[in-house]
Amino acid sequence: MAKYLLLKHYRGAPAPVNDVSMEKWTPPEISAHVRYMNDFAARLEGSGEFVDSQALSPEGVFVRYDGAGRPPVTDGPFAETKDLVAGWMVIDVESYERAVELAGELSAAPGAGGEPIHEWLELRPFLGGSPTVTE
Amino acid sequence: MNGAGANGAGVDGVLLRSLTPSVLGILVRRGADFAAAQDAVQDALVEAVRVWPADPPRDPKGWLVTVAWRRFLDATRAEAARRRREDLVDEQPAPRPGPAVDDTLALYFLCAHPSLTPSSAVALTLRAVGGLTTRQIAGAYLVPEATMAQRISRARRTVSGVRFDQPGDVATVLRVLYLVFNEGYSGDVDLAAEAIRLTRQLAAVIDHPEVAGLLALMLLHHARRAARTAPDGGLVPLAEQDRGRWDIRSIAEGVGILRAALARDRLGEFQAQAAIAALHADAPTAEETDWVQIVEWYDELAGLTDSPVVRLNRAVALGEADGPRAGLAALAALDTSLPRRVAVAAYLHERDGDLATAARLYAEAAGTAANLAERDHLTRQAARLNARRCH
Repeated sequence: MAKYLLLKHYRGAPAPVNDVSMEKWTPPEISAHVRYMNDFAARLEGSGEFVDSQALSPEGVFVRYDGAGRPPVTDGPFAETKDLVAGWMVIDVESYERAVELAGELSAAPGAGGEPIHEWLELRPFLGGSPTVTE
Repeated sequence: MNGAGANGAGVDGVLLRSLTPSVLGILVRRGADFAAAQDAVQDALVEAVRVWPADPPRDPKGWLVTVAWRRFLDATRAEAARRRREDLVDEQPAPRPGPAVDDTLALYFLCAHPSLTPSSAVALTLRAVGGLTTRQIAGAYLVPEATMAQRISRARRTVSGVRFDQPGDVATVLRVLYLVFNEGYSGDVDLAAEAIRLTRQLAAVIDHPEVAGLLALMLLHHARRAARTAPDGGLVPLAEQDRGRWDIRSIAEGVGILRAALARDRLGEFQAQAAIAALHADAPTAEETDWVQIVEWYDELAGLTDSPVVRLNRAVALGEADGPRAGLAALAALDTSLPRRVAVAAYLHERDGDLATAARLYAEAAGTAANLAERDHLTRQAARLNARRCH
């Protein structure tokens, strides 16, 4: 098994096919979208492939160390940040092909007009913790 | 990790878990369905931990079978199972013919059934044969308990129609156990130690040179584990390991098991791999490694499995036996997309004195490493060569 991160972007991914921002959807369309996401996660739990799923607020700041005895410096939020992560799902699957298949399904979540968003999801493999024996 | 399954003051957890598969096997053979039998055995184990300290049974296994069977019957007294219960309760069923040993073996076969995906087979084996809890297995594979519970119950459903007493394929069982072994250590369960325990238990119920070969291979690799990891968690390559930290007892046991297996002249993949591990274990220093013999064993291995990984490892061994140029020549014949090929090329170029190329290739290999320890190790190798070239 291998773990993969499905990364959802507010900004930074190529434009989806059904490119209408969420506040312009009808309330039932939003409900249908949320239901699709919940059902998807529940189905993955049922198939033994679900690990984690979280959504992130777009309101982030940058923080860095500013020297001994000084408080960390914060900067932002930057309204024009090119890459903004919206959330993620972590899956534990048998193969890369399965990970692609699931990402494709998640990308089909309904948006405006009840049509699939065709959103671009970033798929990233985890670096495993323990090396396999290869001496 | 002794007694990770069921442990309590005064109860031998290792004994309990070693009895689990045969008790489960007996229940299934008597006609209990797999999932119900597993629940019943789990209940019996909990009961044993409670009762045994004050009242140890004379026949622990008989006790567990009796209690588990009773629990199974209680559970089937549900309305939905009425009809089946009547058949089962009416007569105390005589176990079908065949010694208990076969039950344990049948359970291994069932849990590694070819209809299961590798990860399902691993989960089911650890749960049913190993007696680990779902929580422990979930912790070891870093997934939520609910996910692992589903994975296990789906696996149970997949094999529920399989006849229990059908002979299975030892090779599939060995692949599952080797997967468990390679997972190493995370969570509160030492999977490598668990894999050794399960392989040892398998070797006790089936006389098969490849089972012995896998057990020997695991023992020989496990013997080096303490030396393989630096205090900061980094990888220590074989040549740089402190051989004084190798576990001599484990090596001696592995070599003994391997010798007995090889003497039977039915060579297999795991025996050949164990032979290579034994040659490494046998060298007092890295310089004294018998690389010529190791190359010969890789040739044997390549004849048994046409695996590109074997040919890659053979190129490394050839680089030691006949010099880095020979290793690089062997490497040139291999598919460039092969994992770790670049890392091997980096190593051979370093041995050949071409530090600039080696440093570049180490850095490139780090970028495609599949795990963190390996990436850090390769990055350090690149940094070490770059620092040396600057001075």
